[in-house]
Amino acid sequence: MDFNFTEEQSMLRDTLASFLQDKYSFDTRRASVKSASGWRADYWKAFAEELGILGAPFSEDLGGLGGSAIENMIVMEECGKALVIEPYLGTVVIGGGFLKYSGHASATDLIGGIIGGEIITAFAYAEPQGRYNLADLKTTAKKDGSGYVLNGHKAVVLGAPWATHLVVTARTGGSQREASGVSVFLVDKASAGIVTRDYPTVDGQRASEVYFENVSIPADALIGVEGAGLPLIEKVVDEAIAAICAEGVGAMRRMHENTLEYARQRKQFGAAIATFQVLQHRMVDMFINVEQSLSMTYMATLKLDESAHDRAKAVSAAKVQIGRSAKFVGQAAIQIHGGMGMTDELAVGHYFKRATMIEGQFGSVDHHLRRYEHLSIDAAA
Amino acid sequence: MNLDFSPEDLAFRDEVRAFIAAHYPDSLRGKQDEGEELSKEDFLAWHRVLAAKGWVNPAWPTSEGGPGWTSTQRYIWGEECAAADTIGVMPFGINMVGPVIYTFGTPEQKQRFLPETLNGDIWWCQGYSEPGAGSDLASLKTKAERFTDPADGKDYYLVNGQKTWTTMAQYADWIFCLVRTDPNAKIQEGISFLLINMKTPGITVRPIITLGGEHEVNEVWLENVKVPVENRIYDENKGWTCAKFLLAHERSGIAGVARSKRGIERIRQMATTELGDDGQTLLQDPAFKRKVAELEIDLTALEYTELRTLAAESAGKGPGPESSVLKIKGTEVQQRVTELALEAAGHYGAPYFRGFPTDGDNMRPIGPDYAHRTAPSYFNVRKTSIYGGSNEIQRNIIAKMVLGL
Repeated sequence: MDFNFTEEQSMLRDTLASFLQDKYSFDTRRASVKSASGWRADYWKAFAEELGILGAPFSEDLGGLGGSAIENMIVMEECGKALVIEPYLGTVVIGGGFLKYSGHASATDLIGGIIGGEIITAFAYAEPQGRYNLADLKTTAKKDGSGYVLNGHKAVVLGAPWATHLVVTARTGGSQREASGVSVFLVDKASAGIVTRDYPTVDGQRASEVYFENVSIPADALIGVEGAGLPLIEKVVDEAIAAICAEGVGAMRRMHENTLEYARQRKQFGAAIATFQVLQHRMVDMFINVEQSLSMTYMATLKLDESAHDRAKAVSAAKVQIGRSAKFVGQAAIQIHGGMGMTDELAVGHYFKRATMIEGQFGSVDHHLRRYEHLSIDAAA
Repeated sequence: MNLDFSPEDLAFRDEVRAFIAAHYPDSLRGKQDEGEELSKEDFLAWHRVLAAKGWVNPAWPTSEGGPGWTSTQRYIWGEECAAADTIGVMPFGINMVGPVIYTFGTPEQKQRFLPETLNGDIWWCQGYSEPGAGSDLASLKTKAERFTDPADGKDYYLVNGQKTWTTMAQYADWIFCLVRTDPNAKIQEGISFLLINMKTPGITVRPIITLGGEHEVNEVWLENVKVPVENRIYDENKGWTCAKFLLAHERSGIAGVARSKRGIERIRQMATTELGDDGQTLLQDPAFKRKVAELEIDLTALEYTELRTLAAESAGKGPGPESSVLKIKGTEVQQRVTELALEAAGHYGAPYFRGFPTDGDNMRPIGPDYAHRTAPSYFNVRKTSIYGGSNEIQRNIIAKMVLGL
């Protein structure tokens, strides 16, 4: 039993934290969000070259730093604390995750492109009708000569406006919600027939509606095994969920800190509001929520390499915890900040918005409760 | 005890329903349902229709030009407006300063302000909160010093200070302000209630942008603003009496039962269109269905608590500290409505639609229309448990005034 970080892991955290401290102030982030592109391409370059964090979770023979999911957790927690909008999740955790496990002939080269900052991926999986069911797919990939032709509509593809490539889930067979017949493709975003509509999201990111209209892709766009992609998707999505749990913990931690600070300096009725017991207890409950969330994030991250059943159960349990805690901590933070918490000027509201989106990302509390019930209770019955 | 409406009440319901159907401005139809932001003209369009009919001020006594409705009729009116998704009437003139003026004002003040308040010619805003005076409103610092202007020999107040969270001040013609006229008195005893024309030199309005990107509230800065003494309502240093009276009026109606009912109705509609993970509608999802049921039950309890309050009111008991219950539960239900709506929207709760750059193919829709404002609404209504006396303050009021603790 050991919950300590290695020296390399602590160094990774310190390096990123100090970069974000220096360069990723709330005002800087706000300017990025409002800019035409919506992000800082130069920061992405710095992540790749100056900090080297884009290689954090890859083994050394893939050109990485020799880390694993723990490194993703560290990076994402720091990203949560600074509300980083650049697409580490979509590119390193998800794009890199798929490639890592795919056995793809060019996986090493492509991962090299991710580590170097040249390849940026966005995950085109959700569809307007499918809610959180990863197999509910109407998008099709039909065999055409040696390659495939893609048709379909992907909803709210986070980070797509910045991406060079899209990771696309599509049906090569089976019916709409069937587990088999699902395949994964890595598609050059510049391919003919891809139509996008780009927009900001409420938490300061960018996303696109992505339409595939007879998009021809080569045979080697296939990631993993044709028609048997769902287990791989579930594995990578579970890793992504563990990563956003860590991001959520970072955001919650900051909301709690900001709230304590505000309550200590805000005076009403001749006293700091931090001295009012009703608010003290609320701030204690926030603290308990952050600690429980951190514990569940550790638990889920450390179980990512266990059996699919144990991994899924751990991840869904963590997501339920983080979803509930994000709501509690966020709402309490706004309430204790009073009117100030409602303003666009203060960071706390922006953490609240990101935390709210994390609640629903890759499945709501209900979705993951149901998944957990199925794996833990139904399976034992 | 009986829950039935009388034949007269039913006839009244038919009358107001027909009136709304015939006279609600076409330009406003659907705006409330879509959660669109409303302009000053939008608000005034409906206000003027109601004012012409004599229905803009349901709670005013007939002696002050009110329609003389019973509390049951007022309840029916609220229900019918919500059912028809009408926009609201701005509360600052009709529900707040109007009753203060007819209760505490002189005949001259009533004549000067009430007709224009009713017909919509004066748009009021409320100058209560200050950066250092929120929950602890009585600690307000904006000061008003009395002086005689040698130029005309008349008495004025010179007002200096800052108000904040001033809703819709960007549109306002007048502001009603609590100001400190006696810095040496006990904090609640040195306050006066002033009406200030927003065009007076020395007033600056600065927008505050809130979480959903809205511009609803403002800072109002007052720098050497000269206010005629006759614009003071009630006695000097007795403004807190007006303030307490007004807070009680602000709380009545804050339960928002009819609006929450409509909100739940919208969620049910969304959930019959939205599909769950299994391809069935979301309303068939047992977990989601249960949450809707729980919310409806919570709202029903609130509704009957409000009806009991209304009945007590019509028996001559004014809104007392029990109205804090309505404020607490009403805002909790409103907030829960927006939580469920955002949840129902799924992935399409994320897109943000306010003035975004229209890259790519604009002809492609971004999810269903009903999803567009679910997240901003959820963020926006967090304010309801903060404003009008935070819910913590309301609980203190109940503890002290109702439970005697």
